[in-house]
Amino acid sequence: MALLDGIPTRSKVAKHRPWPRFTVEDDGWRSAIDRLVDGRATLFGLWGDTSAVHMALIDNSGREIAVLTYETQDGSFPSVGQRHPPAIRPERAIASLFGLTPIDAPDVRPWLDFGVWDRRHPLGKRTPGKRTTKSEPYSFLPAEGEGLHQIPVGPVHAGTIEPGHFRFTANGEHVVRLEQRLGYTHKGVEWLMRGATLEKAARLACRTSGDSAVAYGIAFAQAVEAALGMTAPPRALYLRALMAELERLAHHLGDIGAICNDASFAMMHAQCGILRERTLRVADACFGHRLMMDMIAPGGVTRDLAGGDIQVLKDFLAEIRGAFPRLVELYDKTASIQDRTVTAGVVKSALARQFGAGGYVGRAAGRAFDCRKTPGYAPYDALSFEMPVLEAGDVDARIWIRIREVEQSLSLIEQIVARMPAGALSAPVKAKAGEGLGVAEAFRGDVLIWVRLDDDGLIERCHLRDASWFQWPLLEAAIEGNIVADFPLCNKSFNCSYSGHDL
Amino acid sequence: MRRTLLESLIHGSVTEAAPAPDEAALAELAGSVTRAARARLGRSLSIRQVDAGSCNGCELEIHALNNAFYDLERFGLHFVASPRHADVLLVTGPVTNNMREALLRTYNATPDPKWVVAVGACAVDGGIFAGSYAVAGGVKDVIPVDLHIRGCPPTPVQLLKGLLALLV
Repeated sequence: MALLDGIPTRSKVAKHRPWPRFTVEDDGWRSAIDRLVDGRATLFGLWGDTSAVHMALIDNSGREIAVLTYETQDGSFPSVGQRHPPAIRPERAIASLFGLTPIDAPDVRPWLDFGVWDRRHPLGKRTPGKRTTKSEPYSFLPAEGEGLHQIPVGPVHAGTIEPGHFRFTANGEHVVRLEQRLGYTHKGVEWLMRGATLEKAARLACRTSGDSAVAYGIAFAQAVEAALGMTAPPRALYLRALMAELERLAHHLGDIGAICNDASFAMMHAQCGILRERTLRVADACFGHRLMMDMIAPGGVTRDLAGGDIQVLKDFLAEIRGAFPRLVELYDKTASIQDRTVTAGVVKSALARQFGAGGYVGRAAGRAFDCRKTPGYAPYDALSFEMPVLEAGDVDARIWIRIREVEQSLSLIEQIVARMPAGALSAPVKAKAGEGLGVAEAFRGDVLIWVRLDDDGLIERCHLRDASWFQWPLLEAAIEGNIVADFPLCNKSFNCSYSGHDL
Repeated sequence: MRRTLLESLIHGSVTEAAPAPDEAALAELAGSVTRAARARLGRSLSIRQVDAGSCNGCELEIHALNNAFYDLERFGLHFVASPRHADVLLVTGPVTNNMREALLRTYNATPDPKWVVAVGACAVDGGIFAGSYAVAGGVKDVIPVDLHIRGCPPTPVQLLKGLLALLV
């Protein structure tokens, strides 16, 4: 494959699907880093194993994906973050969770581990011993200059949002540096996954980030189905896509209103909140759960539509199509809200590309990537939809991407309903060993899930990578030079997941 | 005197076991506490939401309480930005070890009298995340809990029913 041309690989791993996995030595690992640095490939994931580090790469067309594995000999590996900043946080997480050391890493502070667990390196090779030493206080990166002051915010925030810590260094009202400290919601999902049955693992995957329960369900099912060399029946794939688009609609509608609300435009919030609630009620009517949790299982789906549901969906589409354009016009024609959103929190295109930022964060800043398009998965290959892309990279652009995607999701639901195939809801799942990679487009961006199953079909290792990993760092960059009071607005326009990142 | 002291030591104490508290007195006190709580908390409650490690599913449904369909504020219930302004802590999630201290500090910053409402299946006992090295358990394992609203996540209607019970 062109993606790996010129990268010396040692051997191809058997039973890794649908994309290949190769083991590499020092030279292969370093040449892969070169490729990331010169921008010919994008980092798609970087995660640990008991005595190895895996790196997923995706080419710039989005069509080719490959996983490279570096087997650690003495518990260390050449740092990727040293030359490619997007790898810094994943590497710090690998060091904290697995006890593997990135050599020459630029930042060796722990990540996710606050020193309050009863053990160190919970996913590491050796049975971890009791933690005996107290952890060092966490030091934030310095900012120097006259008249600077720090503002610590969180982990408990003023609104109903997830916990995280933001350390602002400001000069008067202007933010000079923002540094995030995340990990407060770390629940040990990947540790709980070990040895789990597929049924339990699917429930855990769903609850990695509750707002993306469907997308995680799809990515997890895809990974397991790939590992087992099977596919779900067509009806299941269409039902999955229906749920995914309802999920996307609900969150995009909610976000459009909530972003405006953070600029005190309460009317948009109230109106969008009504459409969002309608969407959740339709999800509940069709699938018996407002957030559609636990509806997707490896092999298919667990619930079918009932007789009247198609009409419910058609009525719903008509209602949203009637109400939404007026809200778009309201946003578009209100100068006072535009005054806040246009040019606020700009993400530069080069940075979005370097970090492989997915979702509206990337697409609002010129990175044309949506994994429903490329690498693509069924049934989206058979459906017609557009991928909106803008260049401005500001809060306004992230709102417009969502607006356009609401329209696309409505069209997708219409197509899905019209073409819903008949047939089985699931295919039988046979327990056996294998490795698989699944990629699904959540409302906020691409979710990557990698599994290794043992001979009994239980989870041996499962890694779940939220789009937020490569979006959070861009928020630090986007807020620079903005006023502190615009942070909630910028933050909401990113709407990164804390739980999806912290795991 | 020596003899008296010695005998007292040998024969042990004559103090008798405590009787059960008087039922009528208890009822009367309970009544006055209830009246005091009603007087202070009235039919209006300020709620401070704390995510102690949830998957964010519960937060989505708590958010929904503010939409036009449920309109939480018509019941005199509203969310406040600081625990110092709150009568009720609405806590979600299994309590992660990383959030344990922040939850305790938030609890201590909330003035008495206060209620703690634990929201969601995980808030009961850690739910699907129980047993992890990173999870301290349910909310009651870290701070006293007055009410549990179960569900994964509880629907806005279930949340409303639970919260309205605080006002009765």
